Amino acid sequence: MTAEHEITLVVNGAARRARVPGRRLLSDCLRHDLGLTGTHVGCEHGVCGCCTVLLDGEPVRSCLTLAVTVDGREITTVEGLAGPGGLSPVQRAFAECHALQCGFCTPGFLCTVTALLRERPAPTDEEIREGISGNLCRCTGYQNIVKAVHRAAELLAEES
Amino acid sequence: MSTRLFGEAVPRREDPRLLTGQGRYLDDLGPGALAAAFVRSPHAHARIRDIDVSAALDVEGLVAVYTWEDLPERVGRPLPLLIPHPALTHGRTARPLARDVVRHVGEPVVMVVAADRYLAEDACALIEVDYEVLEPVAGLEEAARGARLVHDDVPGNVGAHLVQEVPSAAGRSAGEAIDAAPHTLSFRLDIERSASMPLEGRGVYARWDGADLRVYSSTQTSTSVRMAVAAALELPLPRVEVIAPDVGGGFGVKIVHPWPEELLVPWAAMLLGREVKWAEDRREHFVAAAHERGQVHRVRVGFDDDGRVLGLDVSILHDHGAYTPYGIIVPIVTSTQLLGPYKIGAYRVEFTAVYTNTVQVTPYRGAGRPQGVFCMERTMDKIARHLGKDRTEVRAANLIQPDEFPYDQGMTFQDGRPLVYDSGDYPEMLRLVKELIGWDSFERAPGRGIGIGCYVEGTGVGPYEGGHVQITSDGRVHVSTGLTSQGQGHETVFAQIAATELGVPIERVSVVTGDTRRFGYAVGTFASRAAVMSGNAIALACAEVRRKALRVAAAALEADPADLTVTDGLVHVVGAPSASIPLGTVAVLANPLRYAFDEETARATQFAGVAAPDRPPVAPGEEPGLEGRGYYSPIRSTFAAGMHAAVVETDPETAEIKIVRYAVVHDCGRLINPMIVEGQIHGGVAQGIGGALYERMAYDADGQLLNASFMDFLMPYATEIPAVETGHLETPSPLNPLGIKGAGEAGVIPVSAVIASAVEDAEGVNIDRMPLSPSDLFHLREGA
Amino acid sequence: MKPPPFSHHAPRDLGEALEVLAGAGPRGKVLAGGQSLIPMLNMRLAAPEHVIDINRLEELDTVEAGPDGVTVGALARHARVARAGVHPLLGQALRLVAHPVIRNRGTVVGSLVHADPAAELPAALAVLGGSVRLARAGAAPRDVAAAEFFTGPMESALRPGELAVSARFPALPPRTGTAFTEVSRRHGDYALAGVCAVVTLDDDLRVASARLACIGVGPVPLVVDLGADWKRAADAVRERAEPDGDVHATAAYRLHLAGVLARRAVEQAVERAIGRAAREAAA
Repeated sequence: MTAEHEITLVVNGAARRARVPGRRLLSDCLRHDLGLTGTHVGCEHGVCGCCTVLLDGEPVRSCLTLAVTVDGREITTVEGLAGPGGLSPVQRAFAECHALQCGFCTPGFLCTVTALLRERPAPTDEEIREGISGNLCRCTGYQNIVKAVHRAAELLAEES
Repeated sequence: MSTRLFGEAVPRREDPRLLTGQGRYLDDLGPGALAAAFVRSPHAHARIRDIDVSAALDVEGLVAVYTWEDLPERVGRPLPLLIPHPALTHGRTARPLARDVVRHVGEPVVMVVAADRYLAEDACALIEVDYEVLEPVAGLEEAARGARLVHDDVPGNVGAHLVQEVPSAAGRSAGEAIDAAPHTLSFRLDIERSASMPLEGRGVYARWDGADLRVYSSTQTSTSVRMAVAAALELPLPRVEVIAPDVGGGFGVKIVHPWPEELLVPWAAMLLGREVKWAEDRREHFVAAAHERGQVHRVRVGFDDDGRVLGLDVSILHDHGAYTPYGIIVPIVTSTQLLGPYKIGAYRVEFTAVYTNTVQVTPYRGAGRPQGVFCMERTMDKIARHLGKDRTEVRAANLIQPDEFPYDQGMTFQDGRPLVYDSGDYPEMLRLVKELIGWDSFERAPGRGIGIGCYVEGTGVGPYEGGHVQITSDGRVHVSTGLTSQGQGHETVFAQIAATELGVPIERVSVVTGDTRRFGYAVGTFASRAAVMSGNAIALACAEVRRKALRVAAAALEADPADLTVTDGLVHVVGAPSASIPLGTVAVLANPLRYAFDEETARATQFAGVAAPDRPPVAPGEEPGLEGRGYYSPIRSTFAAGMHAAVVETDPETAEIKIVRYAVVHDCGRLINPMIVEGQIHGGVAQGIGGALYERMAYDADGQLLNASFMDFLMPYATEIPAVETGHLETPSPLNPLGIKGAGEAGVIPVSAVIASAVEDAEGVNIDRMPLSPSDLFHLREGA
Repeated sequence: MKPPPFSHHAPRDLGEALEVLAGAGPRGKVLAGGQSLIPMLNMRLAAPEHVIDINRLEELDTVEAGPDGVTVGALARHARVARAGVHPLLGQALRLVAHPVIRNRGTVVGSLVHADPAAELPAALAVLGGSVRLARAGAAPRDVAAAEFFTGPMESALRPGELAVSARFPALPPRTGTAFTEVSRRHGDYALAGVCAVVTLDDDLRVASARLACIGVGPVPLVVDLGADWKRAADAVRERAEPDGDVHATAAYRLHLAGVLARRAVEQAVERAIGRAAREAAA
């Protein structure tokens, strides 16, 4: 009853094939089938946000998505955020503002914030807190993450 | 020195890899390893009658199923009691797999190994365990009644009982002092359970090659896991290496060891000759790791008209859960650190640690201090209210003064050493926090209140840590220390220390922590001790390397070592930078060679003419190479301190509580990296707010944890945490060369006390129990 | 926390989906956004033999607004429906559903079928008197009114083999305002209690009808028709609500809260109705 499915995901710009059972979570497919372990798994019930990736540019929970459901779609993980010139503005801002400690939740935040700033290039404090409100961090108390989102917005504005 | 890195907000050297998905956490390792999963008890208390694994045997990909009966004696015996104490008369620990009785929901009963975690869980679901369900002991007070027992051989469920007494200067007991005091109050204070809850759960990954065992564990102490694993698996210590890779948060829970899984996974890997990995999932973490905080406190206090405490008597009922692997550190810390920045006339504290059929209790960031500070700070507020005085005035009347250090509290601390505060300036700290929050100009209104909380935290407990520093022929500096990292930025702060001490650019320094292949002697990362302990050890190791470097360079430069210094990695005569020699070259010269491996090292070979023919190439008492080792072992703990204040607003109808402002003044001695210290405080405060307003472990009468998910265990999001305003005070510790104190736990400690103080101020009802939900506040209003 | 094994079906059109669903019967479960189903699978609280994944049925990814109301197809995700801005109350409800990232994936119809008694969308459907369209292979689709659709906590009138293909949220009459108020422990959590209100004014701008639906205070959304007597909102709700206590709040607190929120929701809706009436008069 558990037939395997051939799927193709376009991950960080490259087509990747995998053979997965229907129940394979996208988070596990990325981490264990494709070796992209930057996407982390913190709760597997959709609350912590560690596993957030971009699906066709929109942030989604990879632990609440079956790999087979997104066959053929484009996925960006934390490994795909940096450009050829190095860290992305969001990544640079996180380093500059000390917005990470243990780093476990960080990939999820980076994906969420990358999408947030595409939609709102100059968010207010409140919009930032609302925008990242689906991601748990146990280390930072969020203050420096909020600061980093503002800083990333500045860096993005400077670049464009 | 050209660059003063110590004290600077140096960017973190961990960040580039963690920001690009290149971190290596436990479950990122061993892609081909077999996966372990566990059948865990669904009952709080039950006897195992039978285990039927037959249905699981058909699961495709199943490799092995183990019950207690399969374990060798050394693996199957009860886990070590890590910190014995004479007062812990009835210490009990679990076996890695339950033998006959399970004592909490989540206790491991069967281990399954399969090709992947999906299949392992499939097999677990098919294993049938026949339980005779026993009546559970749920709740502290039921445990204390002792009508039902968690362990048959522990009467009254009492694991430990400890009384500590400090008479007044006049020789009065606390009871006498209270009875003789002009004013007395007595009350009860409760704190509920919470948990460390790092976003990465526990995890173990083991590789056995037939002779050597390598274990990776998401632990706060790799050296101690190594010794425990070697002992249980009866392997020579040098054949076992344990590595803590990147660890996704610890906050105390990962100091416990060996976890059942830390023995079972390596054991299975050896037995199967295959790599085996277990990555704990969130549900397991809730029911099979550890919790903390649950305590009931009965306080009696006597004081004078100025609010000076003349006598204090605290009786603590501590919930230890089902087992005591970490001894009674938590209630000891509560008992001692309760005193805070105050001098108390006479003090008596007594705790009774009882067993319940719940997850075991071991330290969570703060480790008993939040409860103690809650007791003392609630007491201060109640005294102020009773006397009609300002709450800060009562605190001021009790503070230890700057000229009274070292201040001996007359007790024994958690490290078995006297509770003697090394340094501090508490009156100045109180002034600063009042100024920061605007205490004196605060405009009180219905539903708007201000609160304060003060604490002292023993940090940097021994017994020791070590550091190793090696400079290689390429001029790079390799630092290692045995304790582990879970996000504290050790790779950065230890590199700052080494770069400063050696006079090299920080880019040339790399730091490794928690890898027994690099450093085998260590205690671990807990009790805000890493910076104090390993920081000073690394500084000592650097000093040794520097001495040797100057000695070797002096010979090459034909100078007196006393005239030499190191700048930017070059050894030169002070004031004459032109004649210099790079540290890399010094490293080459420090290692007399027969064989060169590049042009640089050719300078140290036997025909290069460096060695004097009348002396051995390696002089007596010398060693080849440019490296040094240092250990730091303090006489006792350093004592950091802090004072927090907050403004809250409550909704008159819905009883929702909003923190409007939160201010922290903090003293951890000299700061190595202020950015990192500030980050530690922010994170601690957020956890404190979680404990004050959101997080609790809700057990029902059957011992079932009702909220074992992130849906219902309410860790705060960004929307629940206010911005924290911080101020620093630096009173260096006289106890260590760098003058530092620890900062890791600081933020979390007084938060419940502060929020209770502020809500009480806003509402006028007694806040004697934390956490406080809107529902709780609604009922307090109803009862007022 | 990994899902149990199941057969995954990815039908290409509605007909195929209904066929597969009919074949699976009670052993089948429909996967749309998955934001409720997959947690249950990961915790092994659900173990369907067949998962019928409708994510390829683009024909169901629809939001159609007409004079009578808005019809939302089974694959229309929260974020998309919110962006469409086609119904004030739906917008107000969607802002309170979980977190932005969940709303990128979760579907409106999925949330209705999940029928969590603390969820916002069932209340919005109930207060508006909307309906859910249920289709099955070889039969005409049936429309089930909200009042009949929600049958208990996490229970709906959906039968095995049926697919909820769309939901209809009726349009608001003129001079009507709406509001959704709730209190949750954390931002984005399921509400401890919540109330949505629809208030319509008469020609003299007096309240002609006020209707509420409450969440978190009973097994299904509690609809309270206040008629013109909108000032009784708090009392009316407290008379009828029968909340349970749990780890987050007592029943007494929830009952109190429902009253407070009812009053606030109605007041807000009245205010908005007056504003809307003024705008309509000006137009």
